[in-house]
Amino acid sequence: MSSFTWKRVATTARWMGMVVTGSLILAGCGNNETTGKVTLSGSSTVAPLAQVIGQQYESENPGMEIDVQTGGSSRGISDATRGLVDIGMASRALTPEEQENLSPHTIAWDGIAPIVHRDNPVTELSDSQIRGIYTGEISNWSVLGGPDAEIVVVNKAEGRSTLKLFLHYFDLKNSEIAADVVIGDNQQGIKTVAGNPYAIGYVSIGTAEFEASEGAAIRLLPMGGVEASTASVSSGRFPLSRPLNLLVRPDLSQASQRFLDYARSAQVADLVKGQFFVPIDYSSAEH
Amino acid sequence: MRAGDLLVQSLVLFLAGVAAAIVVVIGVYLFLESAPLLTGTGMLDFFRDQRWYPLEGEFGMAAMLAGTLSVTALAMLLAAPVGIAAAVFIRYYAPPAVAIFYRRLLELLSGIPSVVFGFWGLVVLVPLIAKLEGPGASVLAGALVLGLMILPLVSLSTDSSLAQVPRNYWLAGTALGLGRWAIVRKVMIPAAAPGILAGMVLQTGRALGETMALLMVTGNVVQWPSSVFEPVRALTSNIALEMAYATGDHRTALFVSGLILLVMTAGMVALAALIQRRLRRYA
Amino acid sequence: MLKAGIFSSDGLVSVVLWGAFALVTVVSLWMLGDILLLGLGHLSLDFVVAEPADAGRNGGIAPLIVSTLMVLAVCMAVVIPVGLATALAITEFLAPRSRWQAILLRSLDLLSAVPSIVFGLFGYAFFAIQLGLGFSILSGGLALACMALPLFVRITASSLAMVPHSYRQAADALAISRVSWCAHILLPQSNSGIAAATILSIGRSLAETAVLIFTAGYVMRMPDSIMDSGRTLAVHIYDLSMNVSGGDPAAGATALVLVVILIVLNLITRKVLPDRTF
Repeated sequence: MSSFTWKRVATTARWMGMVVTGSLILAGCGNNETTGKVTLSGSSTVAPLAQVIGQQYESENPGMEIDVQTGGSSRGISDATRGLVDIGMASRALTPEEQENLSPHTIAWDGIAPIVHRDNPVTELSDSQIRGIYTGEISNWSVLGGPDAEIVVVNKAEGRSTLKLFLHYFDLKNSEIAADVVIGDNQQGIKTVAGNPYAIGYVSIGTAEFEASEGAAIRLLPMGGVEASTASVSSGRFPLSRPLNLLVRPDLSQASQRFLDYARSAQVADLVKGQFFVPIDYSSAEH
Repeated sequence: MRAGDLLVQSLVLFLAGVAAAIVVVIGVYLFLESAPLLTGTGMLDFFRDQRWYPLEGEFGMAAMLAGTLSVTALAMLLAAPVGIAAAVFIRYYAPPAVAIFYRRLLELLSGIPSVVFGFWGLVVLVPLIAKLEGPGASVLAGALVLGLMILPLVSLSTDSSLAQVPRNYWLAGTALGLGRWAIVRKVMIPAAAPGILAGMVLQTGRALGETMALLMVTGNVVQWPSSVFEPVRALTSNIALEMAYATGDHRTALFVSGLILLVMTAGMVALAALIQRRLRRYA
Repeated sequence: MLKAGIFSSDGLVSVVLWGAFALVTVVSLWMLGDILLLGLGHLSLDFVVAEPADAGRNGGIAPLIVSTLMVLAVCMAVVIPVGLATALAITEFLAPRSRWQAILLRSLDLLSAVPSIVFGLFGYAFFAIQLGLGFSILSGGLALACMALPLFVRITASSLAMVPHSYRQAADALAISRVSWCAHILLPQSNSGIAAATILSIGRSLAETAVLIFTAGYVMRMPDSIMDSGRTLAVHIYDLSMNVSGGDPAAGATALVLVVILIVLNLITRKVLPDRTF
């Protein structure tokens, strides 16, 4: 009739206790130098780069774990300041107030450019045209030499540095933008534009080039007459470029310091280029 | 009482106390975190201000509240009649095989995670709506997906309310020579009405709290929708989008919106219980 | 007398109802069919056992399955004891219709009304930050436990209440202690109900996403311990469909896996506890 006995309860409890204790012990094991965990969060532009650097680092340093989460540059700054993660990621320079708590270390350079769907015939937009599109003054592609269709404006959510830099460059406030869709991570923006032939958005050049190489149906548009590519960012001609930073507190752990140094060493140059970002000058990076 | 009994009883009551305390802790925590902005005039500002630009210090939630309410209302408008019809169909009109199939289908639907609904909405519905008008991510997309999610639940709860009506009522109806629809319409539904209504209210509460599906298909633009084809941002989606990095007043504002959501959904649960109690005319 | 007219025609109503049935069936099958089409091509045995690659576009979901299982384990490790105790309290240890019982019942009702994003907010602020658990399977499991508890208690309590009163009277007549009554008669008799409650709570937890994004996090790696961050299947579907271009087939395949698991759980529940509609 019944298979319930106190003995079974006790056995089950003992097993569960062992599993839980075992896990907790394993969790506590990660505190010496050769095994450990470094956590990062922040910019969705930097995240994929940090992820691949992390994977290479993990394969060269078995026992180390590099955890990467996105959430936006503001999150990276906030999490790192509060100590919720070891290293923050931001795709812009820090303000003086932010630098009171965190010090930025650049690991790559990137630009921001508009993207449209691959099938959109428009090949170039002037600054004032882009401004007009985003404020809602220009609402149909036909005005710009495209098809007769309403422009679907894709804007970034607040807290994203890509938004901040975009607004700054075009001298706009977020309240002046008439958006049709608001997205969070870069990749989400790319996916949204790739999914709608009449959409326009703005994203990191590196992310866009990477996703396009994976088959995303988008095309980068030049800004201020300069082609949007890693080459033009690297040569310094591109008007809207920004540093990709890792942010650390003064009291960062040994493990974090070693990972930071690794990310700023020439060993990751290929990874940076593979993500379509511009590597920093490794010889002059401080160690 | 033996010592063993006393020990076990204390343990059981202690754990039960913990369970009861959870919701209190949540409520208090939310309240404390919202406290800085909960002054008298502060509260009104949340609803009066039209603009949500937290990084510029503007915390007007009215547009997002409108977003949440419009999507929920439309979803309920779509799901309620169809859901009730489905229950009536299963109970009184469908052949046994069809009834079993339909009920299984609804049970299956009711268990599918909201992300899966959102995924389908994003990949299929949004482009479809975009062909009709606008960006596709809209109130309509949200309402359709949400409606599909709450329909099985409305249906199943209506079904169980109808099941609780005493069989005598049906027999009495036939004895009076009434046709099938007449009995359903004039006897069974009115008798089950408190339960049906309560079920709808409960599901409205659940719809108000839905996050993932709406995050994926409504476009997340903070604005008052002037048509169902326009994008909106639900209060729930807003918390999901901004929680990770919000600090200071912004963070407090998010907690306030969380508190508002909690009050709304708790209100629905209370309303449902009230309906069950007050409108129950039959024992 | 009942008014005659178009709305009192049983035949017409029948047509309308059949129409509604057709509509719902078509739309549901459309949705399920789409997911099947999108995901089936990507599904394979490899998919279930391999690690994800290219942000999840390729490779498999093995670490995610492990993370999901671990989150569920933490969740149920809390829900089952606390839930059983609460259900016992409701049916056995608190006087029926007393103030305490009412308070307990009301608070559980309220708990079940809390929206999942509010749990995410609370879980993030309380478990991850305040208690310092960070983004971990532990945080996620605890937050999830708060959500699953009311459902578990409701089903278990009603199961316990179904034990025939005569058993209780017999136990009293034999002067069996409360503890023995619970342990040797009440709980074993409600075995199937408790099992059903467990399975349904697991099913409900599997579907949760919003809570876990902010407590268990996003990391795709195979977790080593419950203090690690881990992504569950539901969160993976979200990330793939929202953020990963070309991630739709993988998302569809993951959705299929999840739906199949839920169907299996549903079937098991029906076996364990027939004639129950929750």
